[in-house]
Amino acid sequence: MATLQLHDLVKRFGDTEVIKGVDLDVEDREFVVFVGPSGCGKSTLMRMIAGLESASEGDILIDGQRMNDVGPADRGLAMVFQSYALYPHMSVADNMGFSMRLAGVPKAERRAKVLEAARILQLEPLLERKPKALSGGQRQRVAIGRAIVRNPGIFLFDEPLSNLDAALRVQMRIELARLHEELDATMIYVTHDQIEAMTMADKIVVLHDGVVEQVGSPMALYHHPRNRFVAGFIGSPTMNFFAVEVAGLDAEGVRVTLPGGGQCVVPVDGSRVQQAATLELGIRPEHLRLDDAGPLGGTIQVLERLGGQTSLYIETDGGLVTLMADGDVAYRVHDPVRFGFDASRAHLFDAEGLACESLKAHPLASLTRQDNRVSPQAAP
Amino acid sequence: MTRTRASGRQVGGLRALSLQAPAVTLLLLWMLIPLGMTLWFSLQRYNLLMPGMTGFAGFENYEYLLTDPALWVAMGNTLLLVGWVLAITVVGGTLLAVLFQQEFPGRGIARVLAISPFFVMPTVSALVWKNMMMHPGSGVLAWLFQSLGLPAIDWFSNFPLTSIVIIVSWQWLPFALLILLTALQSLDEDQVEAARMDGAGPLAIFFFITLPHLKRAISVVIMIEMIFLLTIFAEIFVTTSGGPGLATTNLAYLIYIRALLDFDVGVASAGGVVAIILANIVAIFLVRMVARNLEE
Amino acid sequence: MSMSRQPMASRHALPVKQLLLTLLAWSVAFVIFFPILWMVLTGFKTETAAIADPSFIFSPTLESYQAVQARSGYARFAINSVAVAFGSTLLALLIAIPSAYAMAFLPTKRTKGTLLWMLSTKMLPPVGVLVPIYLIFRDVGLLDTRTGLILVYTLMNLPIVVWMLYTFFKDMPKDILEAGRMDGASTFQEVWYLLLPLTLPGIASTGLLSVILSWNEAFWSLNLTSSKAAPLTAYIASFSSPEGLFWAKLSAASTMAIAPILILGWMTQKQMVRGLTFGAVK
Repeated sequence: MATLQLHDLVKRFGDTEVIKGVDLDVEDREFVVFVGPSGCGKSTLMRMIAGLESASEGDILIDGQRMNDVGPADRGLAMVFQSYALYPHMSVADNMGFSMRLAGVPKAERRAKVLEAARILQLEPLLERKPKALSGGQRQRVAIGRAIVRNPGIFLFDEPLSNLDAALRVQMRIELARLHEELDATMIYVTHDQIEAMTMADKIVVLHDGVVEQVGSPMALYHHPRNRFVAGFIGSPTMNFFAVEVAGLDAEGVRVTLPGGGQCVVPVDGSRVQQAATLELGIRPEHLRLDDAGPLGGTIQVLERLGGQTSLYIETDGGLVTLMADGDVAYRVHDPVRFGFDASRAHLFDAEGLACESLKAHPLASLTRQDNRVSPQAAP
Repeated sequence: MTRTRASGRQVGGLRALSLQAPAVTLLLLWMLIPLGMTLWFSLQRYNLLMPGMTGFAGFENYEYLLTDPALWVAMGNTLLLVGWVLAITVVGGTLLAVLFQQEFPGRGIARVLAISPFFVMPTVSALVWKNMMMHPGSGVLAWLFQSLGLPAIDWFSNFPLTSIVIIVSWQWLPFALLILLTALQSLDEDQVEAARMDGAGPLAIFFFITLPHLKRAISVVIMIEMIFLLTIFAEIFVTTSGGPGLATTNLAYLIYIRALLDFDVGVASAGGVVAIILANIVAIFLVRMVARNLEE
Repeated sequence: MSMSRQPMASRHALPVKQLLLTLLAWSVAFVIFFPILWMVLTGFKTETAAIADPSFIFSPTLESYQAVQARSGYARFAINSVAVAFGSTLLALLIAIPSAYAMAFLPTKRTKGTLLWMLSTKMLPPVGVLVPIYLIFRDVGLLDTRTGLILVYTLMNLPIVVWMLYTFFKDMPKDILEAGRMDGASTFQEVWYLLLPLTLPGIASTGLLSVILSWNEAFWSLNLTSSKAAPLTAYIASFSSPEGLFWAKLSAASTMAIAPILILGWMTQKQMVRGLTFGAVK
């Protein structure tokens, strides 16, 4: 149980700035996910919070206390490493009890805490084993157990699921969510996998090149990406982008001309947009629909049938477009196809890649995972 | 995400410094003091047998050393010794590495036997060879030659330098074999199989796959051997004492003669400087290569 | 003969080819090992049998072994060798471990330079500094002492020991040490509870290499010791003059001198490659 604030945090390695001034507020018991492509600085940011890297500039505050010069063990947090970093020469019980052994906690108390953590994680039968004799999922749980016994205010997870196979990953995702509820602790979680971010986070922090691109709830990021990078990064498959030309501005939104000549009105704030300017229109594959009278068209290049859904990769004048269609569509490769979309689902980005603000917020945009658990009415 | 190892922590830098201080200081002293003294002595008139004759000599010692025919004989012997041993051990080591990489019954034991001479102390190997192998009367080689109907060879009288080359090669061939065998084990099996699919025979595989793969290991072997071979001492000390005449005196042995037999510190130091310069020419290349290796 | 590694092919190769290969490899191994084998055998012969025509058939005797100890006090030299080899190795490890730790886990911009510089001190030919070391040792009374030899061997092997430890430490996952730090371990605790237990095999083989190199070193031991502190290398060298005629005794003494190191060498050959090549060949 703790809060975390980052103020204008900067990290330099030599002359290269890898974290370029990050501000962030993490509330008590919040589940925050740092997500971004590899090299974006998310792990470095977490390691700075952990105290494994020092901050070049700025402040790290935990429960309002400046922690920049406090050692990693004294910040009241615990970390689960990507590689688990279990001590290979110690048994599971010794792994979990090591921090208490260093702190000089009496043996009986140590034992009790280890047993308690083992109970929560269902590790009791494995306590005397060495890490080598455990499966990936079990090692993962020991690593979490090692964090739990320290009773930290903040848990840090550095890509904890990336070494697990797909099925186990789903299972551990659920288990982590359960753990968050049971432990009532603040959790910070680093991943490059936007699905993990979407499913687990109360708040997602999208990082790119050491800069925070956007902070918000998963649904806010999905429905109202602040810029083209976030739009492209969140959501799978990736959003489609077309170059469009502004044809008119009115109270309804911005009227644009699509490749192929069709027009539509995107309900966004056009105050920063000029007549005849070239913008980029973004539309998610799941929001495109097959429509013989649709304004867009092309030839199917590749067709992937997943059973429930079919992905169509369509060659158009504006480039390759991905379209998620029903599983039963009858099209075949090289078929010509026409499609369209609901303009209220589209996004417009200016030359700098910034999104034009939607005129109407999506009803789920302010929903958090907490709300999912309690009741939707609680959403402000 | 890649983690940069270097962290800008001043505290870490300080801690690193203090942890390294003992090793660095000791090595620094170990290097600088004797080096400085050698340089200083080489410019002095300094003979332990003539305590009265001291003073600055300028380049007198070097002049004496460089005009002494013994130096050039010793240099020649040093180069011959290094050259021959290198040729024998590198070529032999490569072939043996390939041979011992094949699968055959008892491979592990055969490998162990073949690298054993490297662990034998130089005085033992020199004396065993000098006496039991190469003795003109009762040595194994003499017996072998006689049973083949050939005359026995008095190795150390007739072929002194060759004898030394044989002994030293016997010690260092296993070193080359050990290093190259290890290097061979990292050769990608897929690469060999791909080459075979492309129709390469055993010889083609050796010259186009194996040898290029061993290139770096071979150059490491050459350089490390050079550093040791330039100053071969014990083998000469216990077998020929540099003789007959100067036939097996190398640079190291000549310096030893000047310093501890003639007690001429000045000239011996000048010889030391020459040896250091020689070794450094090799060292520059080796250090460069290891440095490149560190980057990876 | 096939010239490359072809385990599959050779397993299915013609029996004749396989037989020739086996024969060739074993003959080569035998020839290379022969002088050692011969020495060991000669040690069990009488002096008369030793200089007679070479023969594998003889009645073994331990008289040479007994004579070596009785006449020259072999044990004294052996004790010197053990003391010097293990003393210098312990000292070198003690100095090198903190240094290698810092280089592997707290690298700075200077680390690479320091490592290379350490390597370069190894390039200094001993003969180049023989005179000053000899004179210093004479003046401070270290000539013909074990302490003096331990000191020289420690410094001689320090670069290799640091390098080898550095490569072993670098192979250790950094995460584990960081987890230790998160768990509240001090630098000393990190090294004591985590680094040392986990890199023990590497430290052991580093130590063994240092023991082997010190044990077999013959330049400094011949020049800096005469009787009191003389290790086995110097003792064996004393056989070069008249005593060398006693081949059985020479062989017995030599066998005892090399046996322990030969066995250590067999045990650590793989890891030694790293140390001998400064990590350039693994």
